[in-house]
Amino acid sequence: MGQRTALYNQHLALGARMVDFNGWDMPLHYGSQVDEHHQVRNDCGVFDVSHMCVIDVHGADAKVFLRRLLANDVERLDRPGRALYSAMLNEHGYIIDDLIAYLMPFGYRLVVNAATREKDLAWMHSIAVDFQVELRERTDVALLAIQGPSARVRTIDLLDRSRAALITELMPFQGLEENGWFIARMGYTGEDGLEIMLPAEQAAGFFGDLVGAGIGPVGLGARDTLRLEAGFNLYGSDINDEVTPLTANMASTVAWEPRERDFVGREALAVQLAAGGWPQLVGLVLEDRGVLRPRQVVRVECDGEGEITSGSFSPTLGKSIALARIPAGAGERAEVEIRGRWHPVRIVKPNFVRHGRPLI
Amino acid sequence: MSETPADLRYATSHEWARLEADGSVTVGISDHAQEALGDVVFVELPEVGRTLSAGQEAGVVESVKAASDIYAPVSGEVLAVNESIVDAPESVNTDPYGSWFFKLKPSDESELSKLLDAAAYQAANNG
Repeated sequence: MGQRTALYNQHLALGARMVDFNGWDMPLHYGSQVDEHHQVRNDCGVFDVSHMCVIDVHGADAKVFLRRLLANDVERLDRPGRALYSAMLNEHGYIIDDLIAYLMPFGYRLVVNAATREKDLAWMHSIAVDFQVELRERTDVALLAIQGPSARVRTIDLLDRSRAALITELMPFQGLEENGWFIARMGYTGEDGLEIMLPAEQAAGFFGDLVGAGIGPVGLGARDTLRLEAGFNLYGSDINDEVTPLTANMASTVAWEPRERDFVGREALAVQLAAGGWPQLVGLVLEDRGVLRPRQVVRVECDGEGEITSGSFSPTLGKSIALARIPAGAGERAEVEIRGRWHPVRIVKPNFVRHGRPLI
Repeated sequence: MSETPADLRYATSHEWARLEADGSVTVGISDHAQEALGDVVFVELPEVGRTLSAGQEAGVVESVKAASDIYAPVSGEVLAVNESIVDAPESVNTDPYGSWFFKLKPSDESELSKLLDAAAYQAANNG
């Protein structure tokens, strides 16, 4: 038996097909992952993402610690609750994890992947020894993501006036506390939406209110096709501790300025940057029928080979799409081997759908 | 709870087979199989005229989640394939016993009796 979130029984009652996800018993879908996908793109749905790991960073050195720990710079967070996306690198510039950091009244709040929790915490503690900081893992909270074009409007209807007012005012990539709940305008689907962190014992009631109001539950299956369409990396698939932000379409999340900021991995990354010619993470679109899958081989025109890191069927586009790491300088077309046959694919920016609309 | 019609025979690899009045055998995948696969988005069918032996790979069905091979439950020549499931793969989910994949002209009709009946197939899935 795996670990269970506060909503485990609700998932079962809603007919979820449960799967093991890195040691957690999580809903894969509640009937049809394609229907759940469309529901998020067209209206909204609710995800239980309580398996994700929330770590609060307290202490006088919280900022300098994170400016050392993260490739992005928390100095950029210029107003309460602002968030940024960053890689956490080792000294070789390889990605230990990708995470979100919020500026909080007490310091910072980090949200990291469930699968990497242990190594992340170990790494953070190893860097923290040089700083006056305290890392507090928040195992007392549940995390719900409500995603889709109508997510905020529909959620506001279910909340008291003060929380509703907060949601109206939130900027994208901002999260604030209101009456014991941390409410952020954030997501992993390419749609507008909220991520709400609340005491675990209140989660079942709120989840029930959402589902009762017709905001259907969405499983990890649709979460994966939604994030793939949005071109968001998944740790363990597209990124891992053998790739750097440059080879992961994350160069824009590396804050090179100011030059004197010495974040872990900076030196190694600068060497890679100067050398040039690193592989790139791109999007692929299969024009034929079929489905692109992870680890399929990609053959590019310039006589090189790469590999699909994430691939699936895109419900919004009605065709298969993928993220792939391929040699630098590849053109606009490539071929992918599916069961011994080569299929032509188009190389595109790794961003297929945003706010319900196809971008390719 | 998945349906398992009593008038069909089943392979342990989750295909169903039905002996038709004209002696041909129609093949599809079971309700249990489509449920386990999830939303079907792609189907690859065998070529008409190809001769298959029992247990041989005959095609592929892919859901959003995974790809799965389809095997010939009995030996025989492919007489026809159902192109409508290529155009509408989701029908494999909504109507697994109407959404046949291919028809075979069996080379040895007795092979059908080696397949599971509904009760045995259900028991195998619950085991």
